[in-house]
Amino acid sequence: MSDKPDDDAWLARPDSIRLLWRLFWAILALTVLAQFVIKVKGYFVIDSWPAFGAWFGFLSCLAMVLVAKALGFLLKRKDDYYRVEDGDD
Amino acid sequence: MTEFLPPALILVAAALLIGPLRGHARSAVVLLAPLATLWAVWQVPDGVVTTVSFLDYQIEPVEGSALRRLFATIFALMAFIGGLYAFRQARWYELAAGYAYAAGAVGVSFAGDLITLFIFWELMALFSTVIVWCGGTPEARAAGMRYAVMHLFGGIILKVGIEGVVVHTGSIDIQPMLATNFDTWMVLIGILINAAAPPVSAWLADAYPASSPTGSVFLSAFTTKTAVLALILLFPGETVLIWIGIYMIMYGIIYALLENDARRILAYSIVNQVGFMVCAIGIGTQMALNGAAAHAFAHIIYKALLFMSAGVVVYRTGKSKCTDLGGLFRTMPLTTICGIIGALSISSFPLTSGFTTKTLISQAAVDEGLVVVYFLLAAASAGVFLHAGIKFPWFVFFQKDSGLRPKDAPWNMAAAMVIFSALCILMGIFPEYFYRFLPYETTYQAYKPGKVVFYLQLLLFSGLAFFLLLPLMKRTLTISLDTDWLWRVALNRIVRFVTDTLAWAGATAEAAVATLLARLGAFNRRHLGASPEQNQRGVFARTWQIGTTALWIAILLFVYVFAYLIS
Repeated sequence: MSDKPDDDAWLARPDSIRLLWRLFWAILALTVLAQFVIKVKGYFVIDSWPAFGAWFGFLSCLAMVLVAKALGFLLKRKDDYYRVEDGDD
Repeated sequence: MTEFLPPALILVAAALLIGPLRGHARSAVVLLAPLATLWAVWQVPDGVVTTVSFLDYQIEPVEGSALRRLFATIFALMAFIGGLYAFRQARWYELAAGYAYAAGAVGVSFAGDLITLFIFWELMALFSTVIVWCGGTPEARAAGMRYAVMHLFGGIILKVGIEGVVVHTGSIDIQPMLATNFDTWMVLIGILINAAAPPVSAWLADAYPASSPTGSVFLSAFTTKTAVLALILLFPGETVLIWIGIYMIMYGIIYALLENDARRILAYSIVNQVGFMVCAIGIGTQMALNGAAAHAFAHIIYKALLFMSAGVVVYRTGKSKCTDLGGLFRTMPLTTICGIIGALSISSFPLTSGFTTKTLISQAAVDEGLVVVYFLLAAASAGVFLHAGIKFPWFVFFQKDSGLRPKDAPWNMAAAMVIFSALCILMGIFPEYFYRFLPYETTYQAYKPGKVVFYLQLLLFSGLAFFLLLPLMKRTLTISLDTDWLWRVALNRIVRFVTDTLAWAGATAEAAVATLLARLGAFNRRHLGASPEQNQRGVFARTWQIGTTALWIAILLFVYVFAYLIS
């Protein structure tokens, strides 16, 4: 973050960002641990496994980001692509 | 039942009055007409209440049911909030077009027959195009043209289907059907084009972000959701919709992940969310149709909220690209909070409207034993959090410090956002009040501890994935090609290639003929004519000396005699 004097927003300080990360990890741990107290009713066997939601969510996102990245090589163009296409005649 | 005028006419009248009126009178019309419409919507009882004879048909402009009132309610409410958001900033013709557009949506909601449906359907196509054009830029003009072509084309397909159904069944009633023959397929395709289904999903992300900050709020609400209503009325349980829906869900996520423009991210996530509804309609049980209707209702609210927060950013900064934005939370706290509430709702976070409506759809998949669909929907919920729930607020309001210090929203825009934020949360906390208005009675319990834990794990670990994978999602100044490349570029190139080839062939043929003529001319001149510049005639045109001539005659005679003797 920039060190300009006006940029002293609490959210932008490295200390607070570190704190927020710790808090985030704690909450993540809590949601997994909660499963020992609260039974997650699985509908199709595997979704009642411990921390199923956690790794399923994480891996789904990983897969989607990687697929998007791969497709990006094929589909991404400079954002003036259509302007050039329409105008180069 | 006595004659009952369509509630849509109130909004039509308002659209007509907005132009001639000025000042407070115009503001009063803008703010009161949707409320009057809302009142009229709730006066419509069940069943057909108005019939009109037209040619040989019994037109039914007003037919009530719980489902139809639910959609008309959210359309009227949307017109009110959209009007409140826009009335001090938008130009009068954009407001008028917005109200005519909303009138089309309310009209479709109560359409009892296919002819009425078609008329209001086209009203929407016309005035939504005007709203795209109100963006005022050359891009908006071009995108509006493409949008109009797509929707008029969709309208023709729908019309072909309706004509076929009317001719072959003799009925213009709106009743459930399945896509089994040419007519019904045409109706289905015509509706799906408006739902932004593949392969033409691109029109949505092309047109909506080109409109003005206020225009995109109107656009986000009506076209795709009337298509959802039409699908619920005409094609419940049509199984092909399950997979079309799943495709739309994944398409929306992938393209939104690749996108740099904030409003285009939101546009892709409309396709994604409508995918959930289309999938639910394909499942087709009472639970699923409740889910589709409820999700459409909730979706209009949080999607408009997201577009409103993005609209404030565009209105204040004139920028909408993630690469230009960031750090706006410093000076736009209200817009940031409202944007986050919308983002949490679209991600179906517990205590928001998305959770209480989208889980109905997942439950329907469970009840039908659709294992694959269920897990795909769960993965997609994670993906929604990734592409809209975090990505949108993160890149617009946090991320880096872009140095921009814009003012927060004007009071009317702020009021509109606060009302919809409140609705998102109220529907999330007290879903049972909302469930009463669903088309089918339900005893569904949205909040079970196990389910909340499951969704919290799913969503929060998606959040973790987002921040860990952030380096992979660095914003670039790019767009992503879509199927519209086929007609925007490939078709263009083919046309250019054909005309170029024809022009080349013509020019070549012309040149060949010219060369041939020139050679013939030269030959003639050389052998037959006089060439004035060399002052010498061609070989056949010269005057020969008598001696040479006699010699040649002697040679020829000799050859002749010789040939005669040896033969």
